[in-house]
Amino acid sequence: MNVENHPLPGPVPTGAKSSRTAIADCDIHPVRSQPNAFDPWLPARWRAHLQTYGAGRRLGMQAGPAYPKSQPNAARRDAVPPEGGPPGSSLAFMQAQHLDPNNVALGILNPLQTGQGIANPELSAAICHATNQWQVAEWTSKDKRLRASVLVPYEFTEAAAAEIRHWAGHKDFAQVLVLSRTGEPLGNRRYWPIYEAACEAGLPVAVHAFGYGGAPISSTGWPSHYIEEMTGHAQSCQAGLASMVIEGIFERFPTLKVVMVEAGFAWAPAFGWRLDKVWEQLRTETPHLRRKPSEYLREHVWWTSQPMEEPEPRTHLLDTIDWMGWDRVLFATDYPHWDFDDPALALAVPITDAQRKSFFLENAKNLYGVQA
Amino acid sequence: MSRHVVAPTNEIPPGTRKLFTIKGRPIAIFNLDGDYFGMFNRCPHQGGSLCHGTVTGLVESATPGEYIYSRKGEIVRCPWHGWEFDIRTGKSYCDPDRIKTRSYTVETAEGAKVVEGPYVAETVPVRVEENYIVVEM
Amino acid sequence: MIEAGAIDCDIHPTVPNLKALLPYMNDHWREMVITRGMDELNSISYPTHSPITARADWKPAEGKPASTLARVQAECLDPFRTSIAICNCLYGVQLLFSEDMASAFSRAVNEWMAREWLDKDARLRASIIVQTQNVEMAVDEIERCAADPRFVQILLLASGDHPLGKRMYWPIYAAAERHNLAIGIHAGSNYHNPPTAVGWPSYYTEDYVAQAQAFQTQLTSMVCEGVFSRYGHLKVVLLESGWTWLPAHLWRLTKYWRGLRMEIPWVDRSPTEIVKSNVRLSLTPTDAPPDKAGLEKIIEHMQSDELLLFSTDYPHGQFEGMGVIPEGLSADLVRKIMVDNPRATYSRLLETVS
Repeated sequence: MNVENHPLPGPVPTGAKSSRTAIADCDIHPVRSQPNAFDPWLPARWRAHLQTYGAGRRLGMQAGPAYPKSQPNAARRDAVPPEGGPPGSSLAFMQAQHLDPNNVALGILNPLQTGQGIANPELSAAICHATNQWQVAEWTSKDKRLRASVLVPYEFTEAAAAEIRHWAGHKDFAQVLVLSRTGEPLGNRRYWPIYEAACEAGLPVAVHAFGYGGAPISSTGWPSHYIEEMTGHAQSCQAGLASMVIEGIFERFPTLKVVMVEAGFAWAPAFGWRLDKVWEQLRTETPHLRRKPSEYLREHVWWTSQPMEEPEPRTHLLDTIDWMGWDRVLFATDYPHWDFDDPALALAVPITDAQRKSFFLENAKNLYGVQA
Repeated sequence: MSRHVVAPTNEIPPGTRKLFTIKGRPIAIFNLDGDYFGMFNRCPHQGGSLCHGTVTGLVESATPGEYIYSRKGEIVRCPWHGWEFDIRTGKSYCDPDRIKTRSYTVETAEGAKVVEGPYVAETVPVRVEENYIVVEM
Repeated sequence: MIEAGAIDCDIHPTVPNLKALLPYMNDHWREMVITRGMDELNSISYPTHSPITARADWKPAEGKPASTLARVQAECLDPFRTSIAICNCLYGVQLLFSEDMASAFSRAVNEWMAREWLDKDARLRASIIVQTQNVEMAVDEIERCAADPRFVQILLLASGDHPLGKRMYWPIYAAAERHNLAIGIHAGSNYHNPPTAVGWPSYYTEDYVAQAQAFQTQLTSMVCEGVFSRYGHLKVVLLESGWTWLPAHLWRLTKYWRGLRMEIPWVDRSPTEIVKSNVRLSLTPTDAPPDKAGLEKIIEHMQSDELLLFSTDYPHGQFEGMGVIPEGLSADLVRKIMVDNPRATYSRLLETVS
């Protein structure tokens, strides 16, 4: 197979000029330029540990899942920086290819493949902390449009809460990040210290698709194919969100905000209707819930737009967003991954200016409290 | 329509491709075994740069578990969402059943019009004149 | 308005207890049940006294709902004026880890169904209950029951050991195709895996909500693995699955298929098209939007009036009184749901019972 990982000669086409309206991109994935890029912030003990033992997750392979991606690094092949390094590793190239031409006034960083999900609790915490330092040093301090996520070792909640408290009040951090496929459903009490710390810090908690918590990635075992895993994020995110609602974290933590990232969003209305119906039928099981589930969703949960579902006709998606509320959806590109949504074409359906503004910028500004 | 001399043939050796701007439009030129093919560089789905996609072969199957691999190097996949396009014809494999039954015409046009989207990448006719790659647009 | 002559595609005559199945076991298994002190196989999918398991007015003073013919006739068949009702027995036989025991007990359920239900009311049809750990034994049981034309479907659970599209299960689909049996995937799990993709929930409410996700997973699996490429005429019915989630799921799956087709090249038709031709969903429960206008919209999103099959899901508590048909459906659509679609799906219904 003719796989070319290097940039082609000739100019890289970028989007239109930045006379485009300002947007927020609520899911950007910065990547280390080299495997040892976190070393400045990793104690020697962990650098040595990584050298010898690697960073085992609850997965069989040392590196990469047993569902190989469809493209190397799951990245767009046109996002390889001209100076080298993997897609997403060069701030300069990210600015030139994406942030500047697309007029990204607010970009939320969600680094993946860091300490999260690592089986060794202390290693997980150490790498999360190092990555958080790296986000500030290499990204947010150099481009004021960008905001970082507090990466936490979410399976080790004491350490996770401590990491949140460490960064609380730091202006560069917009949210706490966890992955969606956790060891137990995200509403489970064992994760509550994370929500407590996040609320104390005034930070939303973003749940980003992926992670390997140890259970099969579906309720009926392991599917065969990558396409099934990708489609399946909708199911695993529904499971985590259902747990959050039904376990009552929005009652326990009334200021908590949750962002579902890279899970798609069109599943949200029917999910809310089903939650409401079942909650109503089984009301005596959950006396701690004082409101309908869909009301909790309406007030506490946001969804990023990518991967955007593509109904035919496309206008059916407007019904979906009407049902969710136009204040619920946050535009995101998932740069530099494949499955990138170009802001100019992403929502190519007739909507009002107010709806367009909400979707592309205002919702994010309001959620993250940014003046931009 | 006008004739554009794009580049000398040795600038695009077999198995490679290059991006040009011709009459203000980005055009990707591919060399398949000595034959040149041109394509409007924007994927008809959402505008991804086709020139930057993986070039691969065609994978077909008559039955689950069977993988028939052919036409190595003749399919380009859009780097954004992976849609497959036949470099020779612009035909997309993203919905094989619909393509089998649906006819399309490949034509070039003035301006930025894309033909019969979203299942066809607009091709441009390319020929060689005395060691130069020439495009009619 | 309930049309007379409707075909109810999902009712649940209930096994009163394991003792009731003893007459349908051989000497050995009868002995095992008694000697080992086994008395119940109640799945947590339906806690015995929960409001979903039995609607309040269908709950007897003692014992389980829907466990006598008289009750089923008086509470379900007669009031809803159904011409035919398909019985899907939800006793926890599939949960057992011994494939031999699970097979023997599945067979006992099928025998119990035939003798105590199908023989006694000509309106009744049934699904063949099979365990799926040993596919060969499942096929044996299918072959045995297929001889009886009143069995119209093979019942599988929404969550099992592996996704249902995997090739290990294909002999079941081959048997279905051989005998014109539908494949019915019913809400519930054999709990051989955690009930959600992220582990075990704390509340039954979560488990029941999670059923929709299980169906989404199974639909993805069957489409992507090529079950419908290989068994083009197979009809798969999602039972007690909810259905308003379907459009969004297909938008997502179809989009991914367009870009990832290379991984599953035998899927040469859009998943949306495959579902239109090969997959059906029972009506109840309807996880409806809060208003009629919303329901009309979601019906429009379904893009086919052939997908839904009438069901009461009796004795589960999914609606009040006779309100099984959600408001906002056109009379034409209701007629299709109640009669035409079930007839088109279950070709064995056309055979007369001798």
